[in-house]
Amino acid sequence: MGVDIRVEDLNAWYGPVHTIKDVSLHIPANHATALIGPSGCGKSTFVRCLNRMHETNPSARAEGTVRMGDLDIYKDATPVEIRRRVGMVFQRPNPFPTMSIYDNVASGLKLNGFRKKRVLDEVVERSLRQAALWDEVKDDLKKKSGASISGGQQQRLCIARALAVDPEVLLMDEPASALDPVSTAKIEDLIFKLKSQYTIVIVTHNMQQAARVAENTGFFLMGKLVEFAPTTKIFTNPSDKRTEDYITGRFG
Amino acid sequence: MNEPGIIPLIQTRVPQQREPDGTEVHAPAVPSVIRNFLRAKSSGRIADGAFAGVMVLCALSIFAIVVLIVFVLVSDSRLSIHASGWKFFTGQIWDPVSGDFGALPFIYGTVVSSLLAVVMAVPLALAVSIFLLDICPKFLRGPISFLTELLAAIPSVVYGLWGVFVLVPIIRDQVGPVLEKYLGWTGFFVEPNFGVGIFTASVILAIMIFPVISSISRDVMRAVPVNQREAALALGATRWEMIRISVLRNARMGIVGSVILGLGRALGETMAVTMVIGNHPDIVKNLFAPGYTLASVIANEFTEATGDLYLSALIEVGLALFLVTIVVNAVARLLVWAVTRGNTAGAH
Repeated sequence: MGVDIRVEDLNAWYGPVHTIKDVSLHIPANHATALIGPSGCGKSTFVRCLNRMHETNPSARAEGTVRMGDLDIYKDATPVEIRRRVGMVFQRPNPFPTMSIYDNVASGLKLNGFRKKRVLDEVVERSLRQAALWDEVKDDLKKKSGASISGGQQQRLCIARALAVDPEVLLMDEPASALDPVSTAKIEDLIFKLKSQYTIVIVTHNMQQAARVAENTGFFLMGKLVEFAPTTKIFTNPSDKRTEDYITGRFG
Repeated sequence: MNEPGIIPLIQTRVPQQREPDGTEVHAPAVPSVIRNFLRAKSSGRIADGAFAGVMVLCALSIFAIVVLIVFVLVSDSRLSIHASGWKFFTGQIWDPVSGDFGALPFIYGTVVSSLLAVVMAVPLALAVSIFLLDICPKFLRGPISFLTELLAAIPSVVYGLWGVFVLVPIIRDQVGPVLEKYLGWTGFFVEPNFGVGIFTASVILAIMIFPVISSISRDVMRAVPVNQREAALALGATRWEMIRISVLRNARMGIVGSVILGLGRALGETMAVTMVIGNHPDIVKNLFAPGYTLASVIANEFTEATGDLYLSALIEVGLALFLVTIVVNAVARLLVWAVTRGNTAGAH
């Protein structure tokens, strides 16, 4: 089960560039939340602030409060602890090419020293089933490298890898933008299936995708959160003129 | 803006709650074994801190080593520094018997032979790297790169022997006359040519530093992303144009790095150079004339250095070699910086 995320007055910078400006929002637990907006609007930076990946860039800096459940992630914990609780899926599939499929999924637990083989087997199978990949790879779990499968399968492998540590939150930064429509559909199915069990935040360029998978949608523009509302409202009756312009394709 | 359907809101896909085989898959119950396990793990603060500390120590040890080397060189050559002063670096007479210690001919020999070696080795090395990456048929690639790396493993005294018995006669009898005939007017290639001299030393050095430059620049060029090559090819670039605008441009910092590494090796190379350079402290334009390098004079005279001043002067020669290396490297980097300045792309 996931936890909710409360963001208050979040500001982020890349060097002198102010990429996130005073963003506050409440992402409900166990739902999917989509973030949309034109390129460079700060939505990717925003999700990277949610697991403190933003600060891995040497010139980057973030200020503000992000609460996951009871935990203030910028005060109460180290980035390492946060990232153990928050799964992340990137735009391009990034399985570890030198590891087998099995080891890819188990990597999050193994690197933390988890050694119980029986539990690992279970976790790997469950995660791969959750990612709807089990049937396609179950025969070569330890034979094939994580990079030898197709792009869509690799992305589902990355989702399985993120799920294997039983995260409370799953962040997805344009998880389907590098994939073909069939793989995209599979990923969307997955998000649909997983969202009752995890808090999912998905950045997407594809508005139909946001409409299809997310209960709530936030619209970012030039580092600001312009509007955050139930997806139906954003796409049918947005309260901000800029949101309307964007979703009707008048700019961006 | 009250017409729905601009963005279709129909959630087209029915959520599959069941796997094809009928089993339902759920996230583990809370609190799960995995979450408890991960919560119990340390934050990594101490381990990461310790790791960072060890790394910082290792990095600082480099400073310590350099400082120590400079300290020892300076303190052991104090006698000579006091006796010769700046004349050590400007004087052209090296006469231990009468106490004249001018190291300029050695500095000249070192710098000229190394630069000449780089000039000869770089085009060859880059050509070999490009050939291996883009042109070479597959079955030749392995053997050629293996042999290239083998060149780097040959001890320098063996190069020296080969130089004395093979290269010296070739340069004296075959290459020398040709160069003299066509390039004699420049004043760089003038008889008499005994085969031993700065030119021969440079050729040996070029062969010795070629593998370093070639293998490093090949690795750098190989790291250029395929999409950069494809971007150029898709614009209609020929193979050479593609190599020039995407491979060489993207890899240039690494290539410069490999050249600087090769230059460093050439400046300090002792044995092979000593065997073919002629060991005569002279500053002449003629590259066929014998020369002397800083490293060679230390190797040749250290065992026979009688008297504290002589020994101290040789250690100061070491200090000079150290300074020459630093200055040459600094100048090389400065040149690169000047060339790439204002051209932010790839300038790191």
